[in-house]
Amino acid sequence: MKNERILMAHGSGGRMSQQLIKEVFQAAWNNEIMESMLDGAVFDLGTGRLAMSTDSFVITPLFFPGGDIGKLAVCGTVNDLIACGARPVYLSAAFIIEEGLPISDLRRIARSMAETAMECGVKLVTGDTKVVERGKADGVYINTTGIGLIPEGIDYRPARIKPGDKVIVTGQVGDHGLAILAQREGLSFGTPALSDCAPLVGLEGIMNRYGGSIRCMRDPTRGGLATALNEIAAQSGRGIRVREADIPISPVVQGACDMLGMDPLYMANEGKMIIFAASECAADILSDLRRLPGMENAAVIGSVIPEPAGMVLIETELGADRILGILEGEHIPRIC
Amino acid sequence: MCLGVPGRIIEMKENYRAIVDVNGNRMEISVRLTPEVQVGQYVLIHAGFAMEIIDEDAARETMQLLLEVMEYGQL
Amino acid sequence: MASYSQRLLQVIRSTNREISLMEVCGTHTMAIARSGIRELLPPNIRLLSGPGCPVCVTSQGDIDSVIEMVRREEVILLTFGDMMRVPGTRSSLQEERSRGADVRVVYSPLEALKIAENNPDREVVFLGIGFETTVPTVAVTLEEAREAGLHNFSLFSLHKLVPPALELIMSDPEIRVDGLICPGHVTAVTGLRPYETLAHKYGKPCVVTGFEAVDILEGIVMLIHQLQNSTARAEIQYKRVVKPEGNPAAMDAIWRVFETAPSRWRGLGMIPDSGLQLRDEYAAMDARRKFNLPEMEDIPIKGCICGAVLTGKKIPTDCALFGRSCTPLEPVGPCMVSQEGACAAYYRYTPGKRKVLE
Repeated sequence: MKNERILMAHGSGGRMSQQLIKEVFQAAWNNEIMESMLDGAVFDLGTGRLAMSTDSFVITPLFFPGGDIGKLAVCGTVNDLIACGARPVYLSAAFIIEEGLPISDLRRIARSMAETAMECGVKLVTGDTKVVERGKADGVYINTTGIGLIPEGIDYRPARIKPGDKVIVTGQVGDHGLAILAQREGLSFGTPALSDCAPLVGLEGIMNRYGGSIRCMRDPTRGGLATALNEIAAQSGRGIRVREADIPISPVVQGACDMLGMDPLYMANEGKMIIFAASECAADILSDLRRLPGMENAAVIGSVIPEPAGMVLIETELGADRILGILEGEHIPRIC
Repeated sequence: MCLGVPGRIIEMKENYRAIVDVNGNRMEISVRLTPEVQVGQYVLIHAGFAMEIIDEDAARETMQLLLEVMEYGQL
Repeated sequence: MASYSQRLLQVIRSTNREISLMEVCGTHTMAIARSGIRELLPPNIRLLSGPGCPVCVTSQGDIDSVIEMVRREEVILLTFGDMMRVPGTRSSLQEERSRGADVRVVYSPLEALKIAENNPDREVVFLGIGFETTVPTVAVTLEEAREAGLHNFSLFSLHKLVPPALELIMSDPEIRVDGLICPGHVTAVTGLRPYETLAHKYGKPCVVTGFEAVDILEGIVMLIHQLQNSTARAEIQYKRVVKPEGNPAAMDAIWRVFETAPSRWRGLGMIPDSGLQLRDEYAAMDARRKFNLPEMEDIPIKGCICGAVLTGKKIPTDCALFGRSCTPLEPVGPCMVSQEGACAAYYRYTPGKRKVLE
């Protein structure tokens, strides 16, 4: 392509739009459904239950240690589908692009999406691009929508969790949030923390093996582990009690959070899952999880309790219980 | 009222600046308030400044003594 | 470590005396709430939360002045994140940002210098909040800004000093406090002297305490020990950081740049010599003077008992607004606004309370 930056004309719907789609997206994502260039994707899924999820991705910077907005946009929706118990199959991707974005950036993002999709075994089958004037967006925003197939016997819902069930988290929490935070103006510090951004397709084997013993799953993205646990507690009408000492947090993340007055339990994750499972299977699930790449630090962090309904308690280092609330307002560094 | 974390000085720079390590995180801070600090020492960091040099060995013993006195006093 | 803290708790529980201790510092309030210490103490030992959260005690009128200033197009306001949600009479910095004001969160005042250098055509104002711990960092930053000849940098000082507020509290005959858990990081700067004076004058033991759960338990043990022996000394539990003489370099930095002034504390009112304003040599870097900002009046908040909470006369759950019309998401009073405010800490961490409310 002659122009190295996105122009308003790339959003015109005319030849330059076609060229952009062909040379950037189709080139990276080549598959027959996408190439048919219809108004939508047409496919045959057979029968059975489907899961569908959508998510929009806005992140600064577009490229960050451990990932980029493209990888994030695929992982985010894929992980949401997995949390529903589904095997992700198809994704759509819609782009709102700021005039002036280097096309090389867009290529890099498209390539990253293709690689991640390949890793997940999903196809990017339909998409859209719009261009907005310079200053009206932050580089590029991406929305992805995904469809997945739910195998027989899998039914993950908060309503299925019961007192006594164990709460498992698949690895250390807070790394993504910290990696992004460290890029902000006004916070110049260097951290070895990388975004944990990853597709959780490795969980499929565990989901198949333990079927109904897994009651429910949730990926703790924005708002972090604490907020996700609170959502499940509220939706299930059960209580959840976790032990502070059992929650895996890397010393790097803990140290940076202490410095900035932030709490790792409220920092975003992009490659972790919270699994609620029947108590008798928890140990087996945990040892299976720990054999999966990136899940070596998986841990049982607590259990479901009947009361207080809808609330999350955390047992502190001193052995007292306190409320672990949801994120209130914006999670920003503080000095006090 | 004032968050502070310990960090280890790993490099001294010009103009009273130093690089500290906090559990593997690196940050440039000012050591103007602890001008005598040296590489390898731990400092208490607040708002991007070293506020005080940390002496981990201070105190332990006196506390042990006090506890024994109080426990003995209860018997 | 767990067994050591259990040992400390056991010693604390073996006291039969009725004891009320005030944790002066907001970071202590947070640490106590986070670790659940209050629930582990026997009912005869009460912990009251004092005025040591600089965000909480910032008066509404002062916030209104800051808001007046950020509405100017040329101003970039740099602030610690804590101040974003603090409500003025009608708005907050967070709301002003959504209306177009350029408000940015920084971790260190040193960042402000870089931002001022990078924006020579804008007026960069640092919002100075905090007690003796934070003030020297701001003082040094101002000195560096002057050396660098940064003419577009100024300070809006809301800085306050801890001892005058404690003096006010201790001299109030209505307040029943037997001893003070004193702020570790403030004392690292000021040294022990102010607490020696207080301990002597009012006959109350003072222990300068660190911020780990174990530090706080040790501090409480030391206070109980003094009360049992009827002594009233100023002691340091947090010896790894706090020296009796404090940090003279930091104190010098404060007085090179600032001088005391009367200051309004939310909930406590005007306290003489408890605030810090820039000395005349730094008048050009004083945002209040630079932008000719008027003093704004404080309009009392109806039903809010933050004043009584800040002085330890009442606890957050005594307030009719607590958890109803005053929550962390929509705070009314200052103690709910700041993460380390006594009300926010109670709301966030105390089990059972929500059930009571429903």
